[in-house]
Amino acid sequence: MDGMTDHILQMRGITKTFPGVKALQDVNLAVRRGEIHAICGENGAGKSTLMKVLSGVYPHGSYDGEIVFEGEPCRFSGIRDSERRGIVIIHQELALSPYLSIAENIFLGNERTRRGLIDWNRTNAEAGALLERVGLRENPVTRAMDIGVGKQQLVEIAKALSKQVRLLILDEPTAALNDEDSAHLLGLLRELRDEGITSVIISHKLNEIKAIADSTTIIRDGRTIETLDMAGGEVSEDRIISGMVGRDLEHRFPPHESTVGEEVLRIEDWTVHSPAQPERAVVSGANLTLRRGEIVGLAGLMGAGRTELAMSVFGRSYGVGISGRIYKDGKEIHLRSVSEAIDHKIAYATEDRKRYGLNLIQDIQRNVSAAALGKLSKGGWIDGNEEYKVADGFRADMNIKAPSVLAVTGKLSGGNQQKVVLSKWIFTDPDVLILDEPTRGIDVGAKYEIYTIINQLADQGRAVLVISSELPELLGLCDRIYAMSAGRITGEVPRADATPERLMQFMTKEKE
Amino acid sequence: MAHTSSGKAPAREAGAEVMSGGPPPAKTPGGRFSFNLRESGIYIAFAAIIVLFSILTDGGLLSPQNISNIMVQNSYILILAIGMILIIIAGHIDLSVGSVVAVSGAVSAVLMVDMGMPWPPALLITLLVGALIGAWQGYWIAYFGIPAFIVTLAGMLIFRALTLTVLGNQGIGPFPDEVRTLANGFLPGFLGNVGLGPLGGADLVTLIIGLSIVAGIVVTQWRARQARLGYRQQVDALPLFALKMVVAAAVVLTVIVQLARFKNLPWVLVLLAALVLGYTLLTTRTVFGRHIYAIGGNLHAASLSGIKVKSVTFWLFVNMGVLSAVAGIIFAGRLNQAGPTAGNSFELDAIAAAFIGGAAVQGGVGKVVGAITGGLIMAVINNGMSLIGAPSEQVMLFKGLVLLVAVAFDVWAKRRAGAGG
Repeated sequence: MDGMTDHILQMRGITKTFPGVKALQDVNLAVRRGEIHAICGENGAGKSTLMKVLSGVYPHGSYDGEIVFEGEPCRFSGIRDSERRGIVIIHQELALSPYLSIAENIFLGNERTRRGLIDWNRTNAEAGALLERVGLRENPVTRAMDIGVGKQQLVEIAKALSKQVRLLILDEPTAALNDEDSAHLLGLLRELRDEGITSVIISHKLNEIKAIADSTTIIRDGRTIETLDMAGGEVSEDRIISGMVGRDLEHRFPPHESTVGEEVLRIEDWTVHSPAQPERAVVSGANLTLRRGEIVGLAGLMGAGRTELAMSVFGRSYGVGISGRIYKDGKEIHLRSVSEAIDHKIAYATEDRKRYGLNLIQDIQRNVSAAALGKLSKGGWIDGNEEYKVADGFRADMNIKAPSVLAVTGKLSGGNQQKVVLSKWIFTDPDVLILDEPTRGIDVGAKYEIYTIINQLADQGRAVLVISSELPELLGLCDRIYAMSAGRITGEVPRADATPERLMQFMTKEKE
Repeated sequence: MAHTSSGKAPAREAGAEVMSGGPPPAKTPGGRFSFNLRESGIYIAFAAIIVLFSILTDGGLLSPQNISNIMVQNSYILILAIGMILIIIAGHIDLSVGSVVAVSGAVSAVLMVDMGMPWPPALLITLLVGALIGAWQGYWIAYFGIPAFIVTLAGMLIFRALTLTVLGNQGIGPFPDEVRTLANGFLPGFLGNVGLGPLGGADLVTLIIGLSIVAGIVVTQWRARQARLGYRQQVDALPLFALKMVVAAAVVLTVIVQLARFKNLPWVLVLLAALVLGYTLLTTRTVFGRHIYAIGGNLHAASLSGIKVKSVTFWLFVNMGVLSAVAGIIFAGRLNQAGPTAGNSFELDAIAAAFIGGAAVQGGVGKVVGAITGGLIMAVINNGMSLIGAPSEQVMLFKGLVLLVAVAFDVWAKRRAGAGG
């Protein structure tokens, strides 16, 4: 690096270890003053961990390496410490308090007071000024829960501005936003840059990065790979991707030829309403067919209704006012509960394995057996030794990295947790497996293993439905892909004809 | 790549017996040991408290009569603690057990004393009343979806009110001899006494029971160990296993010999032992028990695994109602009277026992034996402090601090182990 360059932030040789995992290894990051600096990397590459080190969530002493901000070495003991220096992080999951007003949220922990009491006039007036600065036309006394996600994101930025931010860190800020809100947010970041606020943005959306970033640092498997200067627009998206994955896209997926058999599941005219708003249909009139030995994809943007479709089929575990028909092996079946769905050899592995998939305080063995204890018990008594044997068999077959099946699942890495979830469902011996975002939050190597497992499941004659937000994953893995938009199935494309552009057209298709 | 079948024996912890080749396991840093510490801390604390009060009371704590007293005086709390730990593992709480104890004692008194019903049907009806009360609360909690805290807080008032109504605001007694014997009496000495040298005479039946318990423990543990070895699982090394067996035998025999030297085994102790054994098996070996832990550990994951969450929750409260009725009968029988204030604040003792015994506030963790140990810790504190003549405010203070320290230790140990990441 040029010794003359004015860096607002330098992180040098950062190494952060969790029990059993090296999350970051000798990572270096140099951010120039007044730039928008993107950080790219696959899920689990260590981006969020790096930002947590920077913002003091992981305090000084819990990592190795050095942080220099504004020319001074920093030893943050907590998030308040880093905020005092002007480093503000906006997390992927927004941290607004839903029942408080926009103004109260902006000044939360930093209240505008007069003689120890809240000065409401000043609070609301200053909040109004900040909202204007971020281009949000809302009354500051509106409750946070009453505005959309895009606007909440702007409130977060207004909150950061109220803290005299000098370095703004945004973790996947546009992940939940529609195109319009995203464009507005990116425009705002440019304006803030012109006012002298430096931003670090973590994003998966390469087109955004290309549009907005002045430089891009690529992290892979907990190491810095390179920092690219984006000026001049010479860096292509493919260039970034090859840095992120460290291998050609071709080799990200194991080769596989499916042998497609008989139809095993058919869903007809499936309609589901939202429990929160029973008059609103989140899935309407969906038709879907799965055949033995086939890997089928389900594409869609956030809110398209993919998870809602899957969970409502899986024993009505989501939704109200459900109508439609399900045929299994040609015969109509009625699934009123999850246990009936399991009895009919249907399995659903959730998109959020920590919240909905695993008992994190229990060991691998008990998680693997949880959905099929009946197979391991007689008259209600569990054969603990048989259970161990089954779980240990999965540990070996699935290559779950743990000292033994008595290891607590909460301590495993994301990839290994996902393998436990898959083991649990494979043990129920399903004919149909619905895998909701099976590779979310896991590293590239483990993804490859998961793909291999999915291929083997299909080879065993099971039907696999893969829900994924990553189009390359669907294109690389599936024999056939359905696309959903606004609760409807808008298209069905065989592998040979599938392109990202074609799928995206279906995924963004408005109701006609 | 994914299917590198190792075919090797499962990894083992340090200190475990090694049966075949294969590389030693990578020990998770800070993992297994601290987790064990978290589980065994309670037993160490129990031993420390016993030693402390034995010294303070010049051995009076462990005298034959006193051991018997501790068991008999606290049996109803321990019975409640068994039901409570299950409910806490499932992530709920029950504040009504004290009032249910009172109302079931009152019902049994009305049946037997006022109506002159023979004791077997009367006790059966009382247990049914307990089950109905549990079903009532279980319905609101499991099927209607009201938090257990609220439902049982309401139950605490409702069933206390029913107690007063049933009793007409006065105590009812005395109870038939059989009920008093169950609550207060001892097994008859069928085979007479034998001499134990310097320890004096002791009941032979009790000693035989004690030796059978020890034999039972050793045989079942040895069998379990062999079965695990057959499945190539990790087991304790032989010396450690032997040490554990010797310690268990010593503890059981000490208690038994002391009881045999006094009057014999109390009936409630026999009942309690049967309940502890039964519920330990329920929690560790049955599908129902596994479902309790699954629900408390992650409710969503449990229901998405096909576990009938509502039904399990409902039956847990039915069970609590029945156990409360058992405790109510024993408490009334012991006092020989069902009174309007019976069972006051028993729920707090039972809850404290469960938490001292290692239950987690968030649910998903806990053991029946832990809750019993927690209850005994409080019992020994009560008993030991009263033996040294400490005033009741000091007893309360000490018990409060023990509860706080026990849970603080649990939280600390969990944080250190980093469980749940």
